[in-house]
Amino acid sequence: MASNTEQTAGQTPKSTKGIGIALFALAIVLFVIGVVGTKDPALSIHPMDQFELKPAFGGKEISLFTVTNGAVWNFLAVLAVLALMVVGTRGRAIIPSRVQSIAEMAYGFVHKMVEDVAGKDALDYFPYIFTLFLFIVMTNFLGLIPTSFTPTAQIAVTVVLALAVFIAVTVLGFVKNGVSFLGLFWVSSAPLALRPVLAIIEVTSYFVRPVSLSIRLAGNVMAGHAVLKVFAGFAGALGAFAVLPILGVVAIYALEVLVSFIQAYVFTVLTCVYLKDALHPSH
Amino acid sequence: MEGDIANLGQYIGAGMGALGAGIAALGVGNVAGNFLAGALRNPSAAAGQTATLFIGIAFAEALGIFSFLVALLLMFAV
Repeated sequence: MASNTEQTAGQTPKSTKGIGIALFALAIVLFVIGVVGTKDPALSIHPMDQFELKPAFGGKEISLFTVTNGAVWNFLAVLAVLALMVVGTRGRAIIPSRVQSIAEMAYGFVHKMVEDVAGKDALDYFPYIFTLFLFIVMTNFLGLIPTSFTPTAQIAVTVVLALAVFIAVTVLGFVKNGVSFLGLFWVSSAPLALRPVLAIIEVTSYFVRPVSLSIRLAGNVMAGHAVLKVFAGFAGALGAFAVLPILGVVAIYALEVLVSFIQAYVFTVLTCVYLKDALHPSH
Repeated sequence: MEGDIANLGQYIGAGMGALGAGIAALGVGNVAGNFLAGALRNPSAAAGQTATLFIGIAFAEALGIFSFLVALLLMFAV
C-alpha cells in the first residue's frame, strides 16, 4: 500500500498532463468530425433537446416501467457513489490513496456542515443528508460528461428530492415537539399586533420551501447545460472562428463544475437549516 | 407573423419574469460582496461563516427563482 502511494505521488504530474492533452486533442477531433458530419450545423443543436426523456434501450413510448435515459443515469450515479465509498473505505490506509482521500473529505465536509448548521443532535440524520449530497453531486458531475443525461435538470427528480426533505422535516418537527412546533410560525419576539401578519408570512415561506429548493437545483443545472449547448451551436455556425466559442464552452464548463458542487452544497445546507427548524422551533 | 395577442402577452410576461431573475442577481452579488468585505477585515473569522454565506445567497436567490418559475409557467403551462 505504501509503495503504491509513493509511486503515484512521483508520477502524477507527468501522466495527468499527458491524459489532459490527449483528452483535449480527442475533443478537438470529435468536434471537427461533428461539424463536418452535420449538414446544417447551426440548426442541428437545439439547447433544450438534451433534457428530453427517451427510452434507453430502443422503442418509442414511455410507459410506467420503461427504462429511460434518466433512469439509467440515476442508476449510474448511485453506482458511482457506491463505488466511491466502497473502494474508498476498503484500504483504510493511514496514508490515504486518492479515492480514500475523496471519500474521507466528502464525509468530513458534510459531517462538519450538519454539525455547524443544524447542531449536534441533528447528527442522527447525517446518513440521509450525506446520501442526498453524494447523490446530487454525483448526478451533476456525471451529467457534465458530454452526451450524457442529467437527471437533476428534471424538475420531476428535484421535486421528489425536495418533497422528501420537506415531508420528513415536517413530520419530524411534529414528532419531536408536538403542537409546539407551530411556534415556528408564531414570532413571539415581535409586537402582538404584528404577529398574525408575520404568521401568514412565515407559513407562506414554509410551504414555499420545497418549491424553491427543487427549482433552484433544476433551474441552475438546466440553465448551465442549455448555455453550454447554445455556445456549441455558435461554434457550429462560425466555421473557422469556432475557436472563440470553444474557449467559451471550456470556461462555462469549468463554471458548471463549480455550480454542480455548489448546488449540491446549497441543497444539503438548506436541508440542514430546515432540520434545525424542526428540532429547535424556537423563534 | 404567427400566433395571437395572447401568445404575445405570454412571451412578454415570460421575458419580464426573466428580468426578475436578473434583478435577484443584484441581491446575490450584494450578499457575496458584503461577505467578502467582512472577510477581508477579519479573515480568521471568515472560514466559519461560509455556510451562512451560502444560506444568505440561497434565500436571496429564492425570490429570483420565483420569477423564473413564473416565466416557466407562462412559457409552458399557460
